[in-house]
Amino acid sequence: MPLKGRIVVNEKYCKGCELCVSSCPQEVLALANDRITAKGYHPASLVADGCTGCGICSVICPDAAITVYREKAGVSRIPA
Amino acid sequence: MVLDNCELETTVFERPDTLTGANTHYCPGCTHGIANRLIAEVIDEMGMREKTIGVASVGCSVFIYNYLNMDFVQAPHGRAPAMATGVKRVLPDRMVFTYQGDGDLASIGMTEIVHAAARGENITVFFLNNTNYGMTGGQMAPTTMPGQKTTSSQNGRDVETQGYPIRVSEMFSKLDGASYIVRRSLHDPKNIRMAKKAIRMAFETQVRGLGFSMVELLSICPTNWGMTPKTSIQWLEERMIPYYPLGDYKVHPALAEIKL
Repeated sequence: MPLKGRIVVNEKYCKGCELCVSSCPQEVLALANDRITAKGYHPASLVADGCTGCGICSVICPDAAITVYREKAGVSRIPA
Repeated sequence: MVLDNCELETTVFERPDTLTGANTHYCPGCTHGIANRLIAEVIDEMGMREKTIGVASVGCSVFIYNYLNMDFVQAPHGRAPAMATGVKRVLPDRMVFTYQGDGDLASIGMTEIVHAAARGENITVFFLNNTNYGMTGGQMAPTTMPGQKTTSSQNGRDVETQGYPIRVSEMFSKLDGASYIVRRSLHDPKNIRMAKKAIRMAFETQVRGLGFSMVELLSICPTNWGMTPKTSIQWLEERMIPYYPLGDYKVHPALAEIKL
């Protein structure tokens, strides 16, 4: 089973450019159309399970808005 | 399932310390933001923030002084390499870099940059090439592609009357004073990682006192190109890279020992 990851999008910085959405290899990112940021953009967010914490979204993000975490290998998972 | 225990997970990426908390003025998708972040990451990795002085140019690139938490001076339009020359000669132990766009570097500042390279000034230049003058509304620059429509070439750049785009990296690679001249692109994660290595290499060139170093970074300008960020990236890949090939144009032999 692949490692699990998660991302946190800082909505202060996100401008909804969608570069992370089109770069995500797992296709689990999308713009959150139900809310807007203080600057008036729909922010990117995780919309499905499957994030592996690969960090590609944070590499392409022009505003360094994404923090990426990945679970350590060999550590048992805690249920949510 | 959400992991919330820091002992169970590693941080793969977070904002580098050198980036300030400012919200950038760049348009959504603009790769200036990526370039700023890469420079911040490299300066953090080298631990050189307290010993680095940046020289901001004129254009969208100027506001880098608000986004990097370190010392900056701002030069008149195109004159960043001249000012960097002065800063570096007065304070030779500092790492000095300029951050310039193509309107600034390849048009109004062409004299300063060519002579800084020819003198082999021990400075580092980051050259963002997005084929137009971004801040003033997308006018034609020396790097505008043949046939490309801009606000000052509304039928597309006509090479008969307006000349051909200048390949800056190729030109500088013929100057003896230049030590590290490469072109990279910021259009996908692989190329962004390669660009980061080039930025590190350019700073290492300066730290070793080898002379002039420049990294040209192909960038997008979605607002002025009139495209979405995603189609801008495709346009860069299909139109710009064939004209501005990526690669190492000049690398000082002493840099071969550095493995990144």
